[in-house]
Amino acid sequence: MLELKNISFSVSEKKEEIGILKNVNLTIEDGKFIVITGPNGGGKSTLAKVIAGIEKPTEGQILWNGEDITQWSVTDRAKAGISYAFQQPVRFKGITVFDLIQLATGNRITVEEACRYLAEVGLCAKDYVRREVNASLSGGELKRIEIATVMARATKLTVFDEPEAGIDLWSFQKLIGVFEKLHEVNNGSILIISHQERILNIADEIVMIADGQITARGRKEDILPDILEKTASCSCQYYKEPAGLE
Amino acid sequence: MDQVGAKLLEEIAGLHEIPEGAYNIRENGKSVGRSSTEEIEIIPKDNGKGIDIHIKPGTKNKSVHIPVIISQSGLKEVVYNDFYIGEDCDVTIVAGCGIHNGGKDSSQHDGIHSFFVGKNAHIKYVEKHYGSGDGNGERIMNPETIINLGEGSFMEMDTVQIKGVDSTIRKTSAVLEKDAKLVVMERLMTHGKQKAESYFHVELNGDGSGANVVSRSVAKESSYQKFVSDLEGNAACSGHTECDAIIMDEAKISAVPQLEANHPDAALIHEAAIGKIAGEQIIKLMTLGLTEEEAEAKIVDGFLQ
Ligand SMILES: Nc1ncnc2c1ncn2[C@@H]1O[C@H](COP(=O)(O)OP(=O)(O)OP(=O)(O)O)[C@@H](O)[C@H]1O
Ligand SMILES: [Mg+2]
Repeated sequence: MLELKNISFSVSEKKEEIGILKNVNLTIEDGKFIVITGPNGGGKSTLAKVIAGIEKPTEGQILWNGEDITQWSVTDRAKAGISYAFQQPVRFKGITVFDLIQLATGNRITVEEACRYLAEVGLCAKDYVRREVNASLSGGELKRIEIATVMARATKLTVFDEPEAGIDLWSFQKLIGVFEKLHEVNNGSILIISHQERILNIADEIVMIADGQITARGRKEDILPDILEKTASCSCQYYKEPAGLE
Repeated sequence: MDQVGAKLLEEIAGLHEIPEGAYNIRENGKSVGRSSTEEIEIIPKDNGKGIDIHIKPGTKNKSVHIPVIISQSGLKEVVYNDFYIGEDCDVTIVAGCGIHNGGKDSSQHDGIHSFFVGKNAHIKYVEKHYGSGDGNGERIMNPETIINLGEGSFMEMDTVQIKGVDSTIRKTSAVLEKDAKLVVMERLMTHGKQKAESYFHVELNGDGSGANVVSRSVAKESSYQKFVSDLEGNAACSGHTECDAIIMDEAKISAVPQLEANHPDAALIHEAAIGKIAGEQIIKLMTLGLTEEEAEAKIVDGFLQ
């Protein structure tokens, strides 16, 4: 179980404190499937990074199975069973897809095993397993490889940051299967950041984050109308409602 | 050959035993094994300072190994090896030098290799440099490669220097005739106080000739690297040179591109990038459970693959 207690994260820019997360409280129980959604720039990815240890919160506490991990390194959290699939996956010159999957599993694996993970995210494994994770991969390919690596880790908690971005429709269906499987196997908890209604549909709970705060949470039926209302308005003086909505 | 020699041989040529085909093994200044074949003839030079290698036209899928090992501290040598490669050949040449220096005097091997590549021949040239030993004596290697590529010929040159060489000045020059192609991949890692300089000069003289010279390197600690690549386009040709370097600790790297187009249809490109390991690469591998040091090592390894 992951517990975020009064998490705040701010950065200072030109002597000014900018609050990016403000007093976030969230508990993810074992085996739960939670989707975080909300407007761009709301703080979703920042929250994911705080969970993975990539950013340290300026205030608040993170508990993992009751233990305070707030000061733990990224490595220690990974070893303790937290995985994070990046919104923008990283490219590496010279590291192959196979290398990355093998590192993720933490074991020596065979090419066949690596291929199985790739097949699950809809990549024709033979074509990809020896390729470098470099700039020659398309955005969607890279994204799927990222998902395959966190799947290979099969940890207790997996955070996916907009996994659907850039993924074609056919693969999308497979993706849903991936989440369901991770969920079933070892009763893992899943936290997905997403804007996709089809992903919202399968969540146990939806959490809405806007302006660094949790503004709503609950089941889809209760949340969705609220979301549509919030994302449609903007206080910026230059923003114009799209024609036809006025 | 003793254990040190055997280890060096394995490092530079991947050899566990006497290689198949033609070979010449030079140890501490002397040839300790030589074999010619029907198609590949190795002839020692009269002055003992090297060999001539003649490969008959049309020789296919054959290899030549000419490793050099030095385990005697303080030995310095200049060796001239000349390769005459007949038309239509398809051969692999594995050279390389390993120096083990357990003493206080510097050991040095300067290998000067000339290639005369016949029409439409294909050659792959692999050269690996390696140093070991805990003596204070320096391990120095200054390879020079002089390449003449005949019409329609192709040469792939793969050079690796990953460990243990204190000082290197590498010079590679090539002249390409019509439709000849040259592909060079240089991989280099320096650490401690090592110095490595690499100079390329390629003359693209024939129409349709092309060269791709790529260097990937990692400079650690207080080492120094210099990469100078000069492509000269004298015909309707294409040339690309790239230096991609990771800099760490207090290392210094200098990359000097030079392109000279002396023909309106010469297309020449130079790319050079020097930078630290991207922080996000380290973080990504840490999210897979690697420590920061492990992540760094993995990234460097992959980069130099
Ligand atoms: N290190 C930082 N320095 C300054 N601003 C930052 C930093 N990190 C994040 N921000 C800002 O914080 C806000 C939240 O960013 P975050 O990436 O968490 O948003 P998000 O909810 O994931 O958005 P999206 O839906 O577009 O992915 C953004 O306005 C972003 O510009
Ligand atoms: Mg985001």
